[in-house]
Amino acid sequence: MSTLGKKVQRIRSKNAGPFWITIDIFCGSKEVYQEVSKNLHNTKIVELFKIPGQTLKRFEIENLNVIKFSFPRKIIQGDIKDRDMHGAQLAVLLSETEFKS
Amino acid sequence: MKNIKVLVPSGVLGLGFDLEALKSGVKKNPDIISIDGGSTDSGPASLGSGTSKYSRAAIKSEWKILMKAREGLDIPLVIGSCGTCGTNSMVDWMETITIELAEELGQSLKIAKLYCEQDNEFINKNFLSNKLYPLDPSPFLDSKIIMSMSNIVALAGAEQIQEALKTGADIILAGRTTDTAIISALPLMKGANPGSAWHGAKIAECGALCSSIPTSGVVMVEFDDIGFTVEAMSEKAICTPESVSAHMLYENADPYILYEPGGYMDVTNAHYSSLQDRKVRVEGAIWKSSENYTVKLEGAIVSGYQSSLLVLLRDENYVTHAEEWTSKLSSFLKNEINNRMGLESNDYSLEFRHIGLNATLGELEKKTATPVEIGVLCTVTANNNDTSTEIAKLINPFLLHYPLTLNEELPTFAFPYSPVHSDRGCVYGFALNHVLELSDPMSAFQINTLDI
Repeated sequence: MSTLGKKVQRIRSKNAGPFWITIDIFCGSKEVYQEVSKNLHNTKIVELFKIPGQTLKRFEIENLNVIKFSFPRKIIQGDIKDRDMHGAQLAVLLSETEFKS
Repeated sequence: MKNIKVLVPSGVLGLGFDLEALKSGVKKNPDIISIDGGSTDSGPASLGSGTSKYSRAAIKSEWKILMKAREGLDIPLVIGSCGTCGTNSMVDWMETITIELAEELGQSLKIAKLYCEQDNEFINKNFLSNKLYPLDPSPFLDSKIIMSMSNIVALAGAEQIQEALKTGADIILAGRTTDTAIISALPLMKGANPGSAWHGAKIAECGALCSSIPTSGVVMVEFDDIGFTVEAMSEKAICTPESVSAHMLYENADPYILYEPGGYMDVTNAHYSSLQDRKVRVEGAIWKSSENYTVKLEGAIVSGYQSSLLVLLRDENYVTHAEEWTSKLSSFLKNEINNRMGLESNDYSLEFRHIGLNATLGELEKKTATPVEIGVLCTVTANNNDTSTEIAKLINPFLLHYPLTLNEELPTFAFPYSPVHSDRGCVYGFALNHVLELSDPMSAFQINTLDI
């Protein structure tokens, strides 16, 4: 299976304060950036992270070949239900998702 | 204006920095040394308990190096967000460390302490008079919650750091500040371009994370009235337009806008260019002042008291049926806890996580595989320590022996240590995502000076 993680240079996720998660996809080249920009839909992010679609923010940063997503944490950082204090492992979900070019 | 050079030894005190790189930075005659001492990134426990995440020994050894560097240059040394959370107790903790070091090093110093902690009553009064504004998303808030918070801090901005600088202090120990304010304060005071002062501060707030070798720590930012120039102090590290501009993405929900006390910066039209000697020049960020002066608040509440137990399943049948096992066990235990302790299931929280299966991602996990073994992490959270310990002890024998089916020999799983339960004590939660409007930037802050 071809995954997004194999396609791009790097995907990272992190808290942006205790109430937000932000994910950066470093595409590595103009070609990959355009391909990901075209084929990675917001619905995929909503489905993967089980979040309400209207809370998702998408940024296309062309000069860095980066696509960035931010959304409010479903569980506030450090809540007793939280599983990942820094939110850094969430990127794996996106990295392992199927991506056909 | 005369250019202002800010030396940033690393992203946070306690994480270490390259000593050679620091030496190179000192040789370039900076006007100030600024370092961050805190973050919310490790969770609410630091703010909740008013304690440092890093060890005192780590803080003291690095602070000693910076105090020596400062003395040689005779410039201010500023630390923001003392002791991770920036409560008053942590400013005082940092003061004790500074006094000990001053004695060891034979230094005479003027210290300014910037206190940022907020009285619950004061915050409640502002809440009731509509001076607290919720940010998105904001947790539910009422007076009862405000009054029950164990600690509340306001994030100081450039204005409060500037007040501390004006005292002529050699060392400024600040409570909670924005990561950027300790870097932007002096350049702003000396007439640097405001958009670029904040932009440069954001780029350097994590030290050499904006360079090719993040662990080298030390960077220098030189500010002028048009823009700024950033340079990694380790000879091996390089700043490129990509490494520098990419830092705007880091831990930022919006890569173009950054809110600070008194306004926001917008880097939409910033441009980055490579200079000789591994430096990057940046211009074009804009600062927009807001009509009202607001500071962000952070507050922590006690979520409960926790005990945890860990049991290891290696038996193939139990590994295969681990979730079914904990589901049955959980129902059984809720009954036992009710029968023996008289507690209803909403009096406490009992949670099982399957390490090896989906402990990290929970319901989001997509991968399925049968692992060799599973660690079942059981956490109990109750209203007090005695209850959580008591529940953990009640659970203990069942976690060891509970069978999947009635007609099988009693199983015994693996406990990795004795005692089986660990009391985790008080656990906290972040309870504020709000800003506080101030009539005067200093009205929620206090500065004390001390000569030693």
